[in-house]
Amino acid sequence: MHELSIAQGILDIIRDEAEKNSIERISAVRLKLGKLTAVEPSSLSFCFELITKGTLAEGARLEIETVPITGRCAQCGREFTLEDPFCNCPGCQGLKIDILTGREFYICEIETDD
Amino acid sequence: MKVSVVRNILEANEALAQKNRKLFKEKGLFTINLMSSPGAGKTTLLENTVEALKDRLRMAVIEGDIQSSVDARRIAKKGVQAIQINTDGGCHLDANMIQNVLAHLDLDNLDLLIVENVGNLVCPAEFDIGENVKAMILSVTEGDDKPLKYPVMFRESAVLLINKIDLLPYTNCKINNINKAALKLNPKIKIFEVSCRTGEGLENWYKWIRQQTKKK
Repeated sequence: MHELSIAQGILDIIRDEAEKNSIERISAVRLKLGKLTAVEPSSLSFCFELITKGTLAEGARLEIETVPITGRCAQCGREFTLEDPFCNCPGCQGLKIDILTGREFYICEIETDD
Repeated sequence: MKVSVVRNILEANEALAQKNRKLFKEKGLFTINLMSSPGAGKTTLLENTVEALKDRLRMAVIEGDIQSSVDARRIAKKGVQAIQINTDGGCHLDANMIQNVLAHLDLDNLDLLIVENVGNLVCPAEFDIGENVKAMILSVTEGDDKPLKYPVMFRESAVLLINKIDLLPYTNCKINNINKAALKLNPKIKIFEVSCRTGEGLENWYKWIRQQTKKK
């Protein structure tokens, strides 16, 4: 439900970056979205399409790269991908896992056809 | 042409949250962002907390709801200042909404500020408002599978209050499942098992708040 305000945040950032780089039209926006965030990609895409109408990013592709949840076992140090946030260490079955990735949420690139 | 950007999408909110946090620190104020699903007992917990602590701590409450000022009136009746924010459909409070109402509070004469977020187990966890700690409530009637279904809030919260334990005999909820799953997600989470209706377990929560405000 908060995807609309997030889409607005994306539009504000890309407008700012477009101005800095003298870009008049944006054709694609790439972002990284960790699996351990409460953001729903399809809802975000829908809101982005809606909110960019009539702006420099109208019709731009929103490419969302999902970042998996990875962690390091506090017991044996093994690093691995967690299918869900409740996995035990596949090596030693350790329970305490320090999360390394999965909370990312940032724009990494914009593209223009100019 | 491609332009590399690397900017946090929530940066506007986070910048404002840092501003709020700095102000709270300057004023020596301890702030709690209280989150839960609708009906878990946030306002009842606050009524009890205000009643128990208002003579020892100078406190105020910010109430976040989609509509109505029912909650702010409930808290004000207990004798502390309560400010209502209506999000008009918005599913969470953000740092800007908090900043906008801070002018109505006498921050120099406060020890504790509790913000009751909009009832929602998903979105509020994503938005920093500048608080010192996030605390959440899960009531046993919601079921012991909630940490599995809504892991983000359990990961982000420093405190989990498991409420309505007086109703345990009437539910299939196994409180140990909640404890285990919450600790798995967040080994540092502090858990209080309470009943806001009977008052059971609330002393430990009050004691924890008093310890935190002393550190400020």
